[in-house]
Amino acid sequence: MSVEVTNPRSGRAIANRIMVYTFLLLAAALFLMPLAAMVFTSLKSMPEITGAVGFENNTILTPPRAPTLEAWSTAWSSACIAVACDGLRVYFWNSIVMVVFAVTLSVGLGAVNGYILAKWRFRGDNIIFGMLLFGCFIPFQIVLIPMARLLGILDMAGTLSGLIFVHMCYGIPFTTLFFRNFYVTIPDELIKAGRIDGAGFWSIFLLILVPVSWPIFVVSIIWQFTNVWNDFLFGASFAGADARPLMVALNNLVNTSTGTKAYNVDMAGAMIAALPTILVYVVGGRYFVRGLTSGAVKG
Amino acid sequence: MAQLTIDNVSKVFGSTSVLQDISIEIDAGEFLVLVGPSGCGKSTLLNMVAGLLTISGGQIRFDGDRIDNLEPKDRNIAMVFQSYALYPAMSVEKNMAFPLRMAGFSKEDQTQKVQEVADLLQISHLLKRKPAALSGGQRQRVAMGRALVRDPKLFLFDEPLSNLDAKLRVDMRTEIKRLHQRLGTTILYVTHDQVEAMTMATRIAVMEGGIVQQFGTPAEIYDHPANTFVATFMGSPAMNLIDAVVSPDQQHLQIGAVNVPMPPGVKAPAAGTKVKLGLRPEWFGVGDKAEGTFDMPVRVDLIEPTGPDMYVSVKLDGQSVMTRLPAGSDVTQNSDCTLRVALDKAPIFDAETGLALYA
Ligand SMILES: Nc1ncnc2c1ncn2[C@@H]1O[C@H](COP(=O)(O)OP(=O)(O)OP(=O)(O)O)[C@@H](O)[C@H]1O
Ligand SMILES: [Mg+2]
Repeated sequence: MSVEVTNPRSGRAIANRIMVYTFLLLAAALFLMPLAAMVFTSLKSMPEITGAVGFENNTILTPPRAPTLEAWSTAWSSACIAVACDGLRVYFWNSIVMVVFAVTLSVGLGAVNGYILAKWRFRGDNIIFGMLLFGCFIPFQIVLIPMARLLGILDMAGTLSGLIFVHMCYGIPFTTLFFRNFYVTIPDELIKAGRIDGAGFWSIFLLILVPVSWPIFVVSIIWQFTNVWNDFLFGASFAGADARPLMVALNNLVNTSTGTKAYNVDMAGAMIAALPTILVYVVGGRYFVRGLTSGAVKG
Repeated sequence: MAQLTIDNVSKVFGSTSVLQDISIEIDAGEFLVLVGPSGCGKSTLLNMVAGLLTISGGQIRFDGDRIDNLEPKDRNIAMVFQSYALYPAMSVEKNMAFPLRMAGFSKEDQTQKVQEVADLLQISHLLKRKPAALSGGQRQRVAMGRALVRDPKLFLFDEPLSNLDAKLRVDMRTEIKRLHQRLGTTILYVTHDQVEAMTMATRIAVMEGGIVQQFGTPAEIYDHPANTFVATFMGSPAMNLIDAVVSPDQQHLQIGAVNVPMPPGVKAPAAGTKVKLGLRPEWFGVGDKAEGTFDMPVRVDLIEPTGPDMYVSVKLDGQSVMTRLPAGSDVTQNSDCTLRVALDKAPIFDAETGLALYA
């Protein structure tokens, strides 16, 4: 959407433009500053960071004078985390597996739940919906101990599958809510038409509804991806040594001190941990906004 | 044997009774229109015939077999919805092929059948488009096409024309009627537009308050309305209902000081009974007295020209009466004049019960 300037040549309009752009640029610079500091630091060597001989008068925002990817490669493959010195790559892979399964399962089940709650009446449907809604408001910390017990009973304690299970459970109330609210805006007549045309429960869902649900899929995937990827508490509580996700490893990396703190490695590690989320937003961000604002599908 | 039998069907939502003891029977090839004001339960009845709603009582039979316990897809019906309900993500072709696909037809059969129906409805050039890229009239055709591909035994239409503009509505009305004559399939059609009902139906069921007020051919409904509701609902402008009292000799109706002869087709009630005399606006005229007409002294209240006719609102002994006169009739606003009115078909209704009193 754009606002037409009635007379672009008028002095006031130009002055306004300049003010608007100046403000926006300043705001952008302000928000980008921490990122710049991280990127710069991650590309510097330790002497350059500490302002050793030859690198005097450096601040955190001085661009690297001798950029090097060494810190990145250390963080990725050889930094010491607790006792092992294999870098973040193993944990990165853990996080990928975790996020793929947790997101797929919670979004898939949420979609089916939402479809049922929005389009099929059954005894107690409102109570179930109410309980699911309630699930959105339970703080993480409250479920830690019961969940640990449950994982123990299910024999999934300390495993990656256990962690995936926890994230799935915690995600379903949200995804269900998203999908239900989306599907109530889709006319019931579509479902009726499907039933008359001979489509069953699953055909109606998969052939008629899913193809028009991409906006809400994008929203749910981004939401779930961000939450699961960035989660620290569940990862720290439920994952054993082999199943640790990236966020927990990053914390350990930063807290494992042998001699001086390697700020460049810490920053590189943090960047590595943030990249997938950034990527998801860049790819899906456009649809995210559209998905949040899209209303009924007009047949 | 009747093809579709709706036998004492009722519907209750929770504790509210929406339909009571509906009984309708139609033969194969008939065009039945359910007409009535908003909220009278037309869609509910249609959805029960379709199998989208369960029935709370009674039976629905098709060719003598009970269908009210079958799934919609097993009832051999097709339905066209008010909002058309086209599947938004599918092209027109896929939309039309969908019922065939669900029924397990081969790809070739699907394509061939869709092509046939598309030709019939003149939408072949639209087959590749998505519903969003169609006009209202085109969507309407596609929705009909999707209903037609399966050769159903019964078509159900729920106010299919109400989203179209006035001109298109008239065109599509003609088209649906022509299609019905050509295919001969039984149609059950819901509308709240009495003109649609009159022009298309072979039989009409006028519904109100969850019951069928009258069931009959368009002529029966129009010429012999069973009660005041049907009388005023069917026809535009609506039939006038004029308060009158039966004269002591039972040969006249007294409307204030005006004495109107008792219409021929009615059963005169006891002297002094309060009744309502039904007079359709088009029964009025100006000019010479003719056989079976009565000269009525009125005062002209308001004149609304519509082109071919003019709607002239007059006062008869203080009661408002709407008349329809040919354009250019010699009447002047706020003046007294005499209109002749044909009484040969005029019904009278019991003022208490609203029921017609036919001989
Ligand atoms: N699920 C429901 N629960 C309770 N009442 C309902 C339900 N569905 C419909 N009704 C009621 O039943 C009555 C009939 O509804 P229906 O949709 O059949 O009316 P209609 O004749 O089709 O009206 P319209 O011309 O407005 O479409 C209405 O009073 C409506 O409020
Ligand atoms: Mg309706």
